[in-house]
Amino acid sequence: MTYTFWILLTASLVGISCGIVGVLLILRKMAMLSDAISHTVLLGIISSYLITNSLDGFYMFIGAAIVGVLTTVFVQLLNSAGVQSDAAIGVVFTFLFAIGVILVSMFARDVHIDVEHSIMGEIAFIPWMTVDWFGIEGIPQAVWMLGFVLIIDLFLILLLYKEFKLSSFDPGLAAALGLPVGLLHYVLMGMTSITAVASFDAVGAILVVAMLIAPGATAYLLTERLHMMFILSAVFGVIAAVTGYFIAAWLNASIAGMMATMAGVLFLLAFIFSPTHGIIAKRFSQRKIQQVDIET
Amino acid sequence: MLNLLMDPNTQWVLFGTTLLGITSGVLGSFALLRRQSLIGDAMSHAALPGICIAFLITGEKMMGALLLGAGISAYIGTYCIQAIVRHTRLKMDTAIGLILSVFFGVGIVLMTFINRLPSGNQSGLDEFIFGQAAAMVSGDVRVIAIVAVILLVITLLLFKELKLLIFDREFAQGLGLPTTVLNGLLMTMIVTAVVIGLQAVGVVLMAAMLIAPPITARYWTNRLDHMVIISGLVGALSGGLGTFISAPITGMPTGPLIVVSACTLFLISLVIAPERGLFVKAWRLYQLRKRTAQEQILQSLYERTEEQYEKTETIDAFSREALEALRPLSDFRFKKAVANLQKSGDVEAYKNGYSLTLSGCERAHRVTLNNRLMQMYAMHELQFASLPMEHYNWDFLSIPEDDRNSLDHLLKEHQLQPKLLHRLPETERINR
Amino acid sequence: MNPITANNITVAYHRKPVLQSVSFEAPEGKLIGIIGPNGAGKSTLLKSILGLVPKASGDVNIYGKTYRKQRQIVGYVPQRGSVDWDFPTSALDVVLMGRYRQIGLFRRPKKNDVKEAMSCLEKVGMEQYANRQISQLSGGQQQRVFLARALAQNAHIYFMDEPFIGVDAATEKAIVQLLSELREQGKTVIVVHHDLQTVKDYFDWVMLLNVRKIAFGPTNETFTSDLLQKTYGGKLTFLDQKEEEGVPFA
Repeated sequence: MTYTFWILLTASLVGISCGIVGVLLILRKMAMLSDAISHTVLLGIISSYLITNSLDGFYMFIGAAIVGVLTTVFVQLLNSAGVQSDAAIGVVFTFLFAIGVILVSMFARDVHIDVEHSIMGEIAFIPWMTVDWFGIEGIPQAVWMLGFVLIIDLFLILLLYKEFKLSSFDPGLAAALGLPVGLLHYVLMGMTSITAVASFDAVGAILVVAMLIAPGATAYLLTERLHMMFILSAVFGVIAAVTGYFIAAWLNASIAGMMATMAGVLFLLAFIFSPTHGIIAKRFSQRKIQQVDIET
Repeated sequence: MLNLLMDPNTQWVLFGTTLLGITSGVLGSFALLRRQSLIGDAMSHAALPGICIAFLITGEKMMGALLLGAGISAYIGTYCIQAIVRHTRLKMDTAIGLILSVFFGVGIVLMTFINRLPSGNQSGLDEFIFGQAAAMVSGDVRVIAIVAVILLVITLLLFKELKLLIFDREFAQGLGLPTTVLNGLLMTMIVTAVVIGLQAVGVVLMAAMLIAPPITARYWTNRLDHMVIISGLVGALSGGLGTFISAPITGMPTGPLIVVSACTLFLISLVIAPERGLFVKAWRLYQLRKRTAQEQILQSLYERTEEQYEKTETIDAFSREALEALRPLSDFRFKKAVANLQKSGDVEAYKNGYSLTLSGCERAHRVTLNNRLMQMYAMHELQFASLPMEHYNWDFLSIPEDDRNSLDHLLKEHQLQPKLLHRLPETERINR
Repeated sequence: MNPITANNITVAYHRKPVLQSVSFEAPEGKLIGIIGPNGAGKSTLLKSILGLVPKASGDVNIYGKTYRKQRQIVGYVPQRGSVDWDFPTSALDVVLMGRYRQIGLFRRPKKNDVKEAMSCLEKVGMEQYANRQISQLSGGQQQRVFLARALAQNAHIYFMDEPFIGVDAATEKAIVQLLSELREQGKTVIVVHHDLQTVKDYFDWVMLLNVRKIAFGPTNETFTSDLLQKTYGGKLTFLDQKEEEGVPFA
């Protein structure tokens, strides 16, 4: 197994798991909540380090997932206390992130929790951080975690496909039918948290937002079918990750940054050229309508 | 501590962060009221590639050039968000998340190029990500001060125009105000406030400076002009506090502390503010529930008594069932409300049920009258549209006489005026 | 037993009462219209019955049990504007959503469910649009999809929030047809309605609502100019015109 292989595998796993979770976030108009969660992951990681005094990935994973869900709980609390939703998100995540940064600089200066690293990720180191789990040697920890998270995400989405669909499309009916709307919300937030944590090492807090949102947004411009949107989003996630890696290697630039950039480029292409929702197609159909108007 | 405050460097930093707090607090108010708080987040992230490009072009850390680059790319990012929302079916939140993360990604890529340049390692551009207030020098602060003053003066001069713009853009247009220009100006001012704050607070946390002070201010006032001033003060206070606390501790980052101060001020306001604070709200809800239950029982008793007196000219006690038939209450609420009414001497309990006392009869009369006036008001809402009921706390007994007379007239028309109190003969009232 | 029994429903936003002590018992197998001026709390009444807004007081029974226990026999057609029609899904899929409770948690729709959904689409004359993306449907077609979805729920009681708003004549006709079909099957339908002209033709019973219940009963007894005057206050000008034109109104 070569170095490049592990990086590509990691990047693809990030692309797929972020891609599929992102679709639900976009359709439920919760994109910015994922931005908030991905930031507060830092606080989760540093808190679990301060509590357990170890850098074990598993503890960090749990800590970050808990803080991620707490973030959405806080946002919800502020919301129900009458704070408008965008401001609630903005205050909660900056507050928790700021506390995270302060804790890091007070207690964890000398350990390997580098704030910069947490923002930009360092996928280049991942192939060397291997662990021996379940008696299998030589597989990087990030690959284990991402694989594990991807399986959970896939399992939950397949299991709760129609429930997610209905509660995203028409929460009122979902509640009236007796679907556990609140529980579904927190399941999705949990999925977002663990996906963000697992991707954190590879792409960092802010760029994971690009991987969560951009592929789904691109897919939304290209299909009218929900299942297709999931598939396309995962595919675009992988394309962005892989092309991002190769271009970064070629230019010797930040891999994570380039992955986010490529995710943006894919969106831009769809924005312009999508046969149904692209601006060219729209211009064209507008002109057609005008012509019909003139003819009639 | 005092020594440190006497240190001219610290003074410059303190001055700078306080000024930043004021400007972002003032301009954040406008962003908040337009429900565009998170656009500030997108702007600050989108500024990063501009900073990098400016550095790549000039080859050195020239404050003016960096700020210009930051402003331009933040502006482009904002424009992209609006274009995405206008031309596709993607919603605002998705567009914001997309633009902020992708622009940031581009910035990170550019940053790796800069770090490979010979001059790059010392470029200090990293400090734009997390901010490094302590590294501000007098020159930086002078730039910030000039920009801040310009922003504040423009806000002051155009205050009423901006107010109208955010409140009702179409109306402003109808008045002949150049709304497109004003809108562009406001956007530019917000971008500028973000950009000058980046060095101190950083890309990631800048959003907090635009959001936390105004929502804090919102808890203390309902007027825009007061809100803008309070917001500026809160911003200044957080800037000062953050710097003050972090200065004596080596290695303590200033930006996050400023943000934590601002958010703490918000949390305090959220709980204790008069009128809107959580404490007051919870207390009011408790009072409202208590009063509603009491009033429902009083009105039911009144109506039952009224009905009976009409027929038989006698007064009797009424069972809980008879009252519940009119307005059911839960067991807990009923017992508690009755106990309270007994304590205040409005209701007496007998073997066969409950009855109004004389004072209770008067109170019940007022309650019933008020509720029936409310019905009349609701049925003829258009006619009374100019009556500011919020102002009177929905108490119809305190409204001006003219309106009261016409409502009374309506009551008579519908034969709903409460009659019991006036029909009870004097002796009956006393000798029960 | 009555399909719906509501007791003392009070709803308030801040201090302003939206509904005040509304109680009623709906008869079975009737088409019931709820009418009243804007802001009279019509939609709020539906939503409070369905537990979608918090009540300050009161309770609702569906066939003698709480709504929570009886959800499976209640169908709800919300206002068309309440959902995002850009959602990537087809008309058939939306109708299928009505059967999610029968299908059950975690399970996927079976062929049978699809067939059922298809026949509901046929009933509203939308079968040829089954695979159309919902944003490509006209307003009236979207409303019909919503109705088909309610049919797919196969409920005993239906609540509809302004189904006639912004629809074309064909859709209006289809909805009326459907309503009478539901009545023939012995179902109870409660419709929030705003068009006074059509009340007499569409509904067996009406509730006149303005924050409190003004009247509730068979249409020919309740829909009288006297009670309407009481409901709408001075706002109702067309009533007088009607009477002047010699159209008997009550």
